[in-house]
Amino acid sequence: MPPPTDPALEPPRGLADLLFRGVQVALVNVAIAGLVATISGNRFGHTVLYAQCIGLSIWAIIELGRRTRPGDGRAWPPGWRGPALVAAACALGYVIGVTVADSLFGYSSWPRYLHQPQQLARDFGPTVVFCTIVAGAFWARGQARRQRAQVAAAAHEATLARLDMLQSQLEPHMLFNTLANLRALIAADPPRAQEMLDHLIAFLRATLAASRQSEHPLSEEFARLDDYLALMRVRMGDRLRTSASLPPELAALPVPPLLLQPLVENAIKHGLEPQRGPGELQVQACLDGATLVLRVADTGRGLDAAAHAKAREPAAPSSGFGLVQIRERLHTLHGDAARLTLAPRAGGGTLAEIRLPVAAPPHS
Amino acid sequence: MTTALIAEDEPLLAQALRAELARAWPDLRLLEPAVDGDDAVERALSARPDVVFLDIRMPGRSGLEAAEAIVEEWPGDAGALPLIVFVTAYDQYALQAFERAAVDYLQKPVQPARLASCCARLRETLALRAAADGTAAPDEAALLGRLRTLLGAPAAAAPAALTILQASIGPTLHMIPVDEVVYFEAADKYVRVVTAEREALIRMSLRELLPRLHADKFWQIHRGTVVRADAIATATRDDSGKVFLTLRQRPERLVASRLYAHLFRGM
Repeated sequence: MPPPTDPALEPPRGLADLLFRGVQVALVNVAIAGLVATISGNRFGHTVLYAQCIGLSIWAIIELGRRTRPGDGRAWPPGWRGPALVAAACALGYVIGVTVADSLFGYSSWPRYLHQPQQLARDFGPTVVFCTIVAGAFWARGQARRQRAQVAAAAHEATLARLDMLQSQLEPHMLFNTLANLRALIAADPPRAQEMLDHLIAFLRATLAASRQSEHPLSEEFARLDDYLALMRVRMGDRLRTSASLPPELAALPVPPLLLQPLVENAIKHGLEPQRGPGELQVQACLDGATLVLRVADTGRGLDAAAHAKAREPAAPSSGFGLVQIRERLHTLHGDAARLTLAPRAGGGTLAEIRLPVAAPPHS
Repeated sequence: MTTALIAEDEPLLAQALRAELARAWPDLRLLEPAVDGDDAVERALSARPDVVFLDIRMPGRSGLEAAEAIVEEWPGDAGALPLIVFVTAYDQYALQAFERAAVDYLQKPVQPARLASCCARLRETLALRAAADGTAAPDEAALLGRLRTLLGAPAAAAPAALTILQASIGPTLHMIPVDEVVYFEAADKYVRVVTAEREALIRMSLRELLPRLHADKFWQIHRGTVVRADAIATATRDDSGKVFLTLRQRPERLVASRLYAHLFRGM
């Protein structure tokens, strides 16, 4: 989903916005002229006219300058270009403004400035000062708006990510199918129904708690996988065989909660469930030096078939989100030291493997 | 006696639907349930039930694909087409499509009251068929129409129409203008592209290709065949409801299934 475009992020293109800023600049010019006239003792009307000509020229040049990089999405040119634009606009706008105001009075300031450069400095100085202040104020306002928009966009994205995560974990199709099985079992085999309900409760509890914990022991991870797989074994009957192998010395190693869950779900949803006939799923943990290796292998229809089905039916559930989420979590915790790979399994199916560094390898 | 086939890959759910149906419709004879889509097609075509309950998400062929295949391959002498009821756990796209096409569907877990009203509707339709006592079921046109609407429902926003196809023949890439194609034929994961002079394969399924063709220029005539309408020379209907087409630029004959036979009715 693209981030929401906020008008404050871009130079306002609307004519109304432009006019509004023009009026603001004109009012500021009047205030500046009042101040300058009071201090210098010049005539107010005369000063206002010069101030408007110079101020509006500078403003027009800055507005033009900000539009030279279309689609950049910034209110101001980046880095040093912003101040450079203001400096250039200040000098050029002064020349244009003075020339225009001069022509209205049928007069020319330039011969005098040529003879008395200190007069030029006295007149141009205030322009530089006010130009810096006003442009700085506009810049600061744009910056604040952009920051607000960025914060809002980030909050929006975080909410969407949380929703996606909940949706992927509590996949409605899985939930309703499980409930339908439970309903069938209640009549046919109450003790088994109770057992299935216990697995469902543990699965739901773990899913809802996963976003609050940062890690749990590997044995806990395997127990939660077993809840999920127990539900799937009831649903798929003889079609699903599962095995899990966790060496006792690895049981206490900490891992992010439900790290393997999306891999196991994908193996079933995209590999085994859509395949005709029975299949097998293996979950395995082992140590390779100081690296913990977690493997989820299935004898399902394989990555190619899953990708093909996805292209054929875009509305079908995707495995992409779960994988992206695992990679992000691994990266946050271990940087480049941890990784997730997905590969065809020798003999058919898919092999997913997570490798992550172990802080203190257990003594075996 | 009325017979029904249940196609459901989850054994407990198949069992439960059997039990519920036995309560809601005591004199319905239930066949051994089919365990996946392909199995459902095979069993339906050999046992020829009056009613088929099809789960949507099944291994192999989906419920929709199974329905399409059953209707297309239903033998001409086998009597009326079976009534089809789709069953799904949760699938908002499917539900929308069912509503739009006005097909019968059930949601899992199946509620007894909902199942009872569904059975009442099925019995009514079957009674009308028995009363009509002709060769064609009075509801067949409607049934085919509903299924066509369902199958034609786009899964996502349609991408831009194709004008040129890039097909490899050996090491050479051939640029084939879509308007020169006489017909497309599904071939597993590929589509066979047939023009007047040659044929080629493109790596795309017919279902991916269809939304990218102009519907008025290219007609689907079978679940595996799409033909350019102005390349068709003649259409001949046989007793089973199938229509055989001859083409202007190709010697072969194509078959339009009864699902798409409505395209050839004469003016």
